[in-house]
Order: sequence, then structure tokens, then C-alpha cells
Amino acid sequence: MNCNMDCKNCSKHIFTTIDEMELHKKAMIIKVGGEGALRQRLLDMGLTPKTMVEVNKVAPLGDPLELKLRGYLLSIRKADAAKIEVCYV
Amino acid sequence: MSKYLLGLIGNQNCGKTTLFNRLTGSNQHVGNFPGVTVDKKSGIIKKFQDAEIVDVPGIYSLSPYTSEEIVTRDFILHDNVDAIINIVDATNIERNLYLTMQLMELNKPMIIALNMMDEVIANGNYIDVKKLSEWLDTPVVPISAAKDEGIFDLIETIKQTLKQPATIKNKKAKKEYIDFCEGSYHKCFHSIFHLIEAKAESKKYPLKFAVSKIIEGDPIVIKDLELSDDIMHIIEEIIQVMEKELRTDRNAAIADMRYSFIEKVCKDCVVVKQEVSKQQQISEKIDIILTHKYLGIPIFLLIMLMIFWLTFNVVGAPLQTMLENLLADITHSIGLGLKNFHVSAWLYSLVIDGICAGVSSVLSFLPIIVLLFFFLSLLEDTGYMARVAYIMDKALRRIGLSGRSFVPMLLGFGCSVPAIMATRTLNSEKDRKMTILLTPFMSCSAKIPIYGMITKFFFPNHATLVMFSMYLLGIVVAIISGLILSKTVFKGDSVPFVMELPTYRIPNAKSVLLHMLEKAKNFIKKAFTIIFIGSILIWFLQSFNFSFNMVHDASHSILAHIGHYIAYIFQPLGFSDWRAGSALISGLAAKESVVSTLEVLAGNKGALGHVLTSIFTPASALAFLAFTILYVPCIAAFATMKQELNSLKEAILMALYQTGVAYIVGMIIYFVFNMIL
Repeated sequence: MNCNMDCKNCSKHIFTTIDEMELHKKAMIIKVGGEGALRQRLLDMGLTPKTMVEVNKVAPLGDPLELKLRGYLLSIRKADAAKIEVCYV
Repeated sequence: MSKYLLGLIGNQNCGKTTLFNRLTGSNQHVGNFPGVTVDKKSGIIKKFQDAEIVDVPGIYSLSPYTSEEIVTRDFILHDNVDAIINIVDATNIERNLYLTMQLMELNKPMIIALNMMDEVIANGNYIDVKKLSEWLDTPVVPISAAKDEGIFDLIETIKQTLKQPATIKNKKAKKEYIDFCEGSYHKCFHSIFHLIEAKAESKKYPLKFAVSKIIEGDPIVIKDLELSDDIMHIIEEIIQVMEKELRTDRNAAIADMRYSFIEKVCKDCVVVKQEVSKQQQISEKIDIILTHKYLGIPIFLLIMLMIFWLTFNVVGAPLQTMLENLLADITHSIGLGLKNFHVSAWLYSLVIDGICAGVSSVLSFLPIIVLLFFFLSLLEDTGYMARVAYIMDKALRRIGLSGRSFVPMLLGFGCSVPAIMATRTLNSEKDRKMTILLTPFMSCSAKIPIYGMITKFFFPNHATLVMFSMYLLGIVVAIISGLILSKTVFKGDSVPFVMELPTYRIPNAKSVLLHMLEKAKNFIKKAFTIIFIGSILIWFLQSFNFSFNMVHDASHSILAHIGHYIAYIFQPLGFSDWRAGSALISGLAAKESVVSTLEVLAGNKGALGHVLTSIFTPASALAFLAFTILYVPCIAAFATMKQELNSLKEAILMALYQTGVAYIVGMIIYFVFNMIL
């Protein structure tokens, strides 16, 4: 995991957001967007930069997502997941 | 008064309630935190009678964004809490310690109860409790609340901590702060620390807590501290320097600092042999079915259907009949007693038709409430409720709600009272209010007799269609209301939907039972007065005329007179008969009384059909049905609304809204069907 988190100038890794992630493929969180209550909550729940995250499932109606991180399962909406940038390292 | 006050604080789904029940037994008191409808459970510790412990709702952080978090902060800061018992789920230690880090900043004596240690060990993993305790500079006691292990040790540790002389406590507090921050963050933290030291002390804020909250931009703390503009300006600059150095923003920096420290601690104290525990493996297997793409929703509906069937038919109906028979017997004996004493007719009627009928109507809700909350707490405690919110979230999002509102709204088809009570689990004030407002639009089971009556006389060949349409009407009205309200009255930020999906667990029987009893007790205690007064009022209106003489013929009663007056109001809905108006008023006591009142006012029973066809045309009968379904719920539901909203004014406003909507919808229906039929 030798990544300098400089995604704009990175040619080695594939950069995306959580809502676009492939199922069951781990990626590292680069940046958590959003603001106010939502952002604080995402950070509080452990979605912090450098954390490894995986999309475990999609809800029957296509939204929200079920994520796996820090050894537990967390559900967030796609629109919010789109604000979290990740990188397959 | 107890000598010590303890706060029990931890994440959701970490076994907090189970531990609370273990510590206090059934000797609990449930109330609200001041000003908000957040449960505050307190009790005396069984084996340590000097200490009262308060169970605070499960939270993940001390941010200022949800009422649960604010309540917890205020409770610890301002209620003279002597010590914090922080319960930590050992199977999910990383995320659980995040709250611990924040609690440590509050500078109160603290004990960590490391719960579910039995599971950790059964999975071949290991947590070095002694090391963890050294890292956090806090006593750590491994326990298993579900298996009743380690509780004695926990109580002994609590005693020791409380009995430590104040000097040691203070000494400890002095050395606390530097342990877990480093680098740029550390620098920033300390610069601010010195800037606000005096101010925080004078405002009685724990310094470290104040500093991190200022960095996080917590508006409540910043306002409380009344810092001058100059100081705020300097603080802002200090933070910006840190942001530049760390190449991230302040909130991410703090969260990252906390989690980095936790990762370091865990690396040193936690030995993980099995990455995914047995319980998690089982959970994943269960979820393959329960949150399955195609099976998930049908299975959920099936489960709900089963709960309804059990509550209202199999178990509930016999219970209710038993209770009704019992109450009828008691009423009968009281009646005989009164007759023996030759009491006057009005007193007899007051006791029998007013008081006894009122009490019976309150008690008749009990079997339903007890049963529904039995099933609901099973759903909640197993972890399935979170899955329901997860699979139904998208369906409710458009009307401004989240998946969590689905179950209360569904319960509304059974009975609005437990449905409104169930909104307590919603963690957003806005969602809760909106769900309380919309739930009564779901056609409850007490309205079925009204459908029966109207369809029998007006639509004998289309009974099912009419009934189905009325159910649908309620749902459609709720959706339209939701769409409009979420863009007007309830506009604004909602609490974000970021929800843990806990590992499935077998519920604790004692917790389920206590929860059930608590809800029943709460309902009786809180709703009793309003329902009771309401029933007596309706009885009075039905039995007396304006010169306060008792009437034998209901058509001379005050109710009938009011019925005459309000009859005009219903002209646009196509029925301007005093009997319909009177029936609607008595429907406030309980919706099924609409039928019995019409029967009474029709004179003899056989005349009902004749009278109804003289009052209504098919179109106005539909309008009447629609109005009955949508207008103010019964007194019991209203009382529950008031209790859950914690405001009589809001409950009245909501009732007015519901009645207004009912009126407009009734008018439209009459207008449309008058042309068709």
C-alpha cells in the first residue's frame, strides 16, 4: 500500500467514488466530501482517509449500499457514497 | 436520593440495555430527558444501592447533530454525573472505541465495560485487557452482559473508582491530555488549549472536550464559551495552519487522529486469529435470504403479515375477548352494587357508561400494545429492524422519510396507538414528527366496522373494491401529504442515513419482556388521563341536554344538537344530517363508535338501513367513509400523539391538519362521484 494519496498525478491506481465501486473489491478511502451533519457522521462511523472499504451488497431497490469496513457493516445511500473518493490500491 | 449518579453510555447494538437490566433488575424508571422525546431510563444498581445508573440512548459520537448526542453531552456535563460506564462491544472494538476517545475528553471518572468478551474468546481471538487499560488510562472490565459474566467485577470496579479520593481523581485529570495526539494536530490542539483555558474553566467545560469541539466547529460549544472575536480569529488561523500541514480539513483531521490512535492501541492489545467471526459468518448467511434482491421485500411483508395475524387474530383476539369479558363482569357487578344503593340515574350512568366504559376503552388497547411491542422488540433486538430500514429506504426517501419510518407506518394498519409509539426508535426529530402525522392516514382495524356498514347498504356487490380503494386512498393521501410537507413545513436537513447493520443476535428474553411491560405501563400512565376525560366528555354530550338534564332519547342530547350545527359544515360533502355529524363526534372516542352511534340514533336496529339511505346518496356515503378514515384519529391515538410529540400544541395542529385533509378529500370525492354514480 505505498500510495502517496496524490490521486491527480497518479497513473498506477484506479480512482473512483464508492457508489461506482465494484462489488466485493477493496479500495482505500482518499477523501470524504459532503458537509455538516452528514460528513461528520461519515467520519464518526470510521469512513476516514486511508481506511479500506468494500461494497458488500446493494439493497433490493438498488439503493442504499451495504459497506464493509473496520470489521463491521454500514449502510449508506448512493448519493452520499458518491461524495467519498476511493482508490483501488 | 442515591449517593452516586452514573451514566451508562455506548454505541447502539452493543448490549447496553442488557447490561442495564442486569445491573438494575426490573427496578427501573422510564422518563424523558427534559424537552425532548428521548428515553431516559434510570435505576438503582441491585448490588450497590448507593448508585443510580442512567441508561442513555445508543450513540456513536458526541457531535452536536442528533438530539440523542446532545442529550448525552448535556447529561454528562451538567447533571453532576459521578462516573461514566462506557460499554464497548469487544467484537467491534475499533469503532466502539471512537466514542470512548470522546468520552475521555469529558474528564470524568470512567470505567470501560468490555462486553461480548465471551464471543471474542470463542472465536479464538484475544484482547489484552490490562494493556488496553494502560493505553486508555481507564479501568477495563471484560464482561458478557448476555451470559451474566463479569458483572460482579464491574460493580466492584465502579465502587473502587467512586471511592478514590478526590485528589487522586484530580491528579489523574491533570495528566490526561497529551497521550494520544501527535504532530501538527497536537500543536494546534495545545495552542488553542492555552487560549481558552480560563474561559472554559469559568464556564465549567472540560478543557479537552472544549478544544476538540472548537476545532470541529461545534456551534453549541462555541456559543456557550462566548469567546471574543479576536480569539476566534486566532483560533481560526491556528486551525488553518494545521489543515495546510496535514493536507486535510479539520473534521477529517480529528476523526483521523482518533482512529489512528485506536488502530495503534488495537495493534498492541488485540490479537485477531479469525478475521470474520462465527457470528458474522452466520449473519452473512442469514442476510443472503433476508436482504436478497428479490426475496428480501416479500419476506419482510410476510413477516409483518404474520405479526399482524398473531397480534390481531390468533393471540390478540382471545386475549381481548377475555379482557372484555372480565371488564364487562366487573362493570356488571359495579352496576348491581350501585342499584343496591339506589343511586340516582345520572350517577349510575356516569359510573357505568362514562367511567367504566372509558377505563375499558383504555384497557382494550393493552393486548395489542403488549403483543405488538413484543414482536417489535424481537425485530429490533435480533438486528432485523436495521435490515428493514435498509431494504425499504428507497421507497420512503421520495416523501422525505427514511427506511426507519416504514415499520411504524405499516403498524398503522393495525392500530395507530402502538404505531405512533413505535416512532420512538426514529433518530431524526423531523422523521418522527412526519411519521406521527402520516401514520393515522393508514386505515386502522377499528375502521373496518364502518366499511362493513356502508358497503352493506350502499355497495353490497362491490364491498371488496370499496374497502380496497379506501385503504389505497389512505396511502395515497399519506404520500401526497408527505411530498408536500417535506418540501414545506418539514423542509431542511434530515439526519443523514448512515446506519450500522448489526450482527444478528438472539434477543435476551428479559430485555424483551421489560421493554413490553415498559411500553404498556407508559401507555396507561400517559394516555390514561386524556382518554379517560375524553370518554367522559363524549358520554356527557350523549346523555345530557343543554339544561343538564339526563335524556332518554339520544336525539335530544347535546351531541345531537352539536350534530345539527355541524351538519351544515358537511353540506359540501353531501351529507348534512345531524345523525352523521353526531356519529363523527362520537367517533373521536373510538372509530367503531361511529357505527354504534348511528345505530342508536336510528331508533331501532332494523331502521339503520332505511335511515342511512335517507341520509346518504352513494356518492356522499363514499365521502363520509373517506372523511371517517382520514379525520382526527381517536382520542387514544391523539393522546399518544401528544405524548410522543411532547407538545399539546403540535398534537392539536396535526389533528387539525388531518381533519382539514379529510374534509378536502371528502369534498373532492363527493364532487367526482356525484357525477359518475
